[in-house]
Amino acid sequence: MTGSSRKAKNSRAQEPRRRPASKAREEFMARAYAMERDAAERYTEFADQMEVHNNPEVAKLFRQLAEIEGLHAKQILEEMGWPQMPPPVYALQWEAPEPPETAPVTELHYRMQPWHALALALRNEERAEKFLASVARSPKSPPEVRKLAAEMAEEEREHQRLIREWMARVPPPDPDWSRDPDPPFLGD
Amino acid sequence: MNAPDTAALTPQSFKSDIKPVWCPGCGDFSVLAGITRALAMLGLRPEQVAIVSGIGCSSRIPAYTNCYGFHGVHGRALPAATGLKIARPDLTVLVAGGDGDGYSIGGNHFLHACRRNVDLTYIVMDNHVYGMTKGQPSPTTEPGWSSKLAPGGTGVREFHPLVIALASGANFIARGFSGDPNGCARLIAEAVRHPGFSFVEILSPCVTFRPDQRAWKDLVRPAPVAPTDDPARAARRLMTDDGFNLGVLYKGNRPAYAPAGARRAPLAELAKEFEV
Repeated sequence: MTGSSRKAKNSRAQEPRRRPASKAREEFMARAYAMERDAAERYTEFADQMEVHNNPEVAKLFRQLAEIEGLHAKQILEEMGWPQMPPPVYALQWEAPEPPETAPVTELHYRMQPWHALALALRNEERAEKFLASVARSPKSPPEVRKLAAEMAEEEREHQRLIREWMARVPPPDPDWSRDPDPPFLGD
Repeated sequence: MNAPDTAALTPQSFKSDIKPVWCPGCGDFSVLAGITRALAMLGLRPEQVAIVSGIGCSSRIPAYTNCYGFHGVHGRALPAATGLKIARPDLTVLVAGGDGDGYSIGGNHFLHACRRNVDLTYIVMDNHVYGMTKGQPSPTTEPGWSSKLAPGGTGVREFHPLVIALASGANFIARGFSGDPNGCARLIAEAVRHPGFSFVEILSPCVTFRPDQRAWKDLVRPAPVAPTDDPARAARRLMTDDGFNLGVLYKGNRPAYAPAGARRAPLAELAKEFEV
């Protein structure tokens, strides 16, 4: 997944670094960082949950997704020359309760299969692209932020393409994937 | 307890190495995130915080943090926390649990903790069901919720914790939703900062026994009015509330309980008083 997307990220990262960033750029990049970091944290939580519930295949996949998003977050820190997380990360307000690239906690199921995890990741990338594209289009955004947002939206589209390829390589889910022969409900 | 080094603390600094055993999809994961983010926002250190709980799925939470923790007896988290706060006023004491633990088994303690107004923050993860014991109706279960364990529903009117808390004297009342962990973090941080007994109810879906609660994300909305410090106005609002208004709903002005003539003495001296 990371091949060409990293290339795209790196091309941005190779711009002259440490140049004084405008306030608008800093605010936008803090938001972008929050998106990537939150996504990485959520994937890590999902991986932990799948391990606890003995679903190692999906746990491994979530772990990979966490690593990828964590890398994106790290790239933003490096690009901005920030030694650590910018302070407003958890205080930022979003249109939805959580950042767009973060999967809602309730989307998980203990019997989910790799295809489901990738479908969840795809929805995250789609929401991220939609958010970034809206920033890129917004007349309220300064030109440099619009440019950055447009580049990042393009990267999210590339991530979607890579996830779709990944989905094609895993088996589609069984029709009765969620059926548990020993369900948690008390029987009659 | 492992105290992290003195660098700026992140939410991760407040998490222990123990992985939660909650069902995947459980709202309590986000409440844990809300608590750890709130503690980081408040600039506290794990050794300055104690989390006290009762029994139930949500009451496992002290083990998942790096703070001092006390996993107590069913429904008895509040008296344990009250004692701790009186003995160690320097600690920030959070109390956590579920609706069964807090409103049924611990219901009477809830009333009197509100009344005493000790400087505690009580976080109730409300999922309207007893999850740990496989789905029995709890005090906040809707009367018509039908299940194998309560065919046709209980037919019993549900408990209204926020109204009860106000009537009993809680000094801060808020409602959050686990689908918004950052919002929960802000509420918890504000509750900790507010003196006296702060009550934060967090709607936290149980995806195993109440999968219908996934729809809560479409029902919750920010409360349309700003918090009030007028108990009469708050009472009118809470009595007509449908249970899905989020935010700080009441901020009172009662001074927090302070024991008169509290005596500090070396432990050895206190121990002598108990000698027989």
